[in-house]
Amino acid sequence: MEHFIQQIVNGISLGSIYALMALGYTMVYGIIKLINFAHGEIYMVGAYIGYALTTFFNFGFFPALILSMILTSLLGVVIEKVAYKPMRNSTRIAALITAIAVSMFLQYGMMYFVTPQTRSYPNILPDIQVSLFGTNAVVDIRNIYILTVTIVLMLLLQYVIHKTKTGKAMRAVALDGDASQLMGIDMNKTISYTFAIGSALAGAAGVLVGIYYNTINPLMGAVPGLKAFIAAVIGGIGVIPGAVFGGFFLGVTETVVSALGGSLYKDAVAFAILILVLLIKPNGIFGSNQREKV
Amino acid sequence: MKILTKKNIYTLVLVLLIYFLVLLLSNVGIIDSYIQLNMVIVGINIILAVSLNLITGFTGQFSLGHAAFMAIGAYASGIMTAKLGQPFIVGVAVAALSASLAGLLIGIPTLRLRGDYLAIATLGFGEIIKIIGLNNDYVGGAIGLNDIPRYTNWTWLYFSVIATIFIISNFVKSYHGRACISIREDEIAAEAMGVNTTYYKILAFVIGAFFAGIAGALYANYFYFIKPDTFGFMKSIDILVIVVFGGMGSITGSIVGAVILSVISSFLQGFPELRMVIYAVILFLIMVYRPQGVMGDKEFKLFNKEGGLSGNVSSK
Repeated sequence: MEHFIQQIVNGISLGSIYALMALGYTMVYGIIKLINFAHGEIYMVGAYIGYALTTFFNFGFFPALILSMILTSLLGVVIEKVAYKPMRNSTRIAALITAIAVSMFLQYGMMYFVTPQTRSYPNILPDIQVSLFGTNAVVDIRNIYILTVTIVLMLLLQYVIHKTKTGKAMRAVALDGDASQLMGIDMNKTISYTFAIGSALAGAAGVLVGIYYNTINPLMGAVPGLKAFIAAVIGGIGVIPGAVFGGFFLGVTETVVSALGGSLYKDAVAFAILILVLLIKPNGIFGSNQREKV
Repeated sequence: MKILTKKNIYTLVLVLLIYFLVLLLSNVGIIDSYIQLNMVIVGINIILAVSLNLITGFTGQFSLGHAAFMAIGAYASGIMTAKLGQPFIVGVAVAALSASLAGLLIGIPTLRLRGDYLAIATLGFGEIIKIIGLNNDYVGGAIGLNDIPRYTNWTWLYFSVIATIFIISNFVKSYHGRACISIREDEIAAEAMGVNTTYYKILAFVIGAFFAGIAGALYANYFYFIKPDTFGFMKSIDILVIVVFGGMGSITGSIVGAVILSVISSFLQGFPELRMVIYAVILFLIMVYRPQGVMGDKEFKLFNKEGGLSGNVSSK
């Protein structure tokens, strides 16, 4: 039982990271129908920025987190402007390959600059552990930080999307790009905002994962990127609560599978869940079913 | 239908001429082992690209899991030849059949999905097959399968490539091929016209997987050893890039794409640190400036109607 509770705690932390990244995927896909394969690399860059700030400039946790989010959101906007904007009217497959090219460029470009070696994050959080319900299951301070930051960012996102003009514009463009342009919405600006917000969330996830697992490397983004995308699809791509649910669901499932002795198969389980969800409910658990029209 | 047309005879002569010419040059020693290695890579890439082109280019089904079929073929042939001591022909046959069986099993559930969802589902299957390979001790797990005898030679390679091109280009021109193309053009309209879309999508998938299996067998029996990581997501992307670069729906395009990208890739071996960065930039530039690929959906013709190289791959 203790073991189980401990795994749930770990799963929620991992799930927070997936959820933060899944939000970026789901927002970008919702607005320009592109699987942004470079999203996992933005998370990696975020982790490196956090590493540089805390190691070389002795930043605290929150300043490093916020600065890293700002820089990754800039990176996201630049990627959108340079790479995705010219592809907006081309075929899906060309856009997808462009996204993969951007992802490779960031991975190996980063590898060129920071060398492929694994680096370890400094310990910037106080070392506090709380045991749960008098059992041996412990909640580390890092678990609490991750969950708190995730929840705060999600509430912020909810606010931005539902209460601000930018958020309204984002929802309008996601619903119907052409019609929203006719209504006077600046589509380019809205897409840039979407990328900025999504990338900032990925950057935050990067810093959090660095603090949680302590190690980072230039290829760290590829697998979590795919997992976060799976999370977004499970929840129903384009649906924000769905992405959050998918992220937590995937994180908890994965840690439980590892705990049951299937750690070697945990990635396969993620993909199996994905395929199962796609077959049973192709639009995701929270997605609405749209009939295809002629 | 006449088989012995002038065009077909020319093509046959040309095919045999190239075969004997290369055989002669390698026996004399003008084609050294380095060139041979690259020829094998190009040949395997051609088979993979042409077979994926049938799925993605002609039938319009977006597959990101083609390397998985290659993996199944490679492992099937590896087990047959290295572990069970069977001759290569058995290895190739088992590779092709097991890959196409996998294509059938994967295709039946996933081909109900469309567009990006299909892409992600095939990606998922590809990763699952890789993970099974990584955790299966019989095939060596992450270390890979070793001591596979080298049976792949010029004859096997060349005739596999020719067979792939010949069969797929004829398939595409047949009644069934036109049904596949109609699915790409408009699935709903095709269905309304009475095309059994599910059947043809699965058929294209199975045929594509069949040849990918052969490519896997050739790969395994040339490089002595295989490991699951070789056949990951990036390999599927490489194949897809060849197809898109060459032109979706153009078989000669796939051939040209395979040759050019293999050459670029082997040229970039000279810059190990920046190789992937340069490759990414090249990919990006191709997608921006030539998104329809080198050939578009046209076919390359060496001579005009009366015959020639394009005899077996001439345009629609």
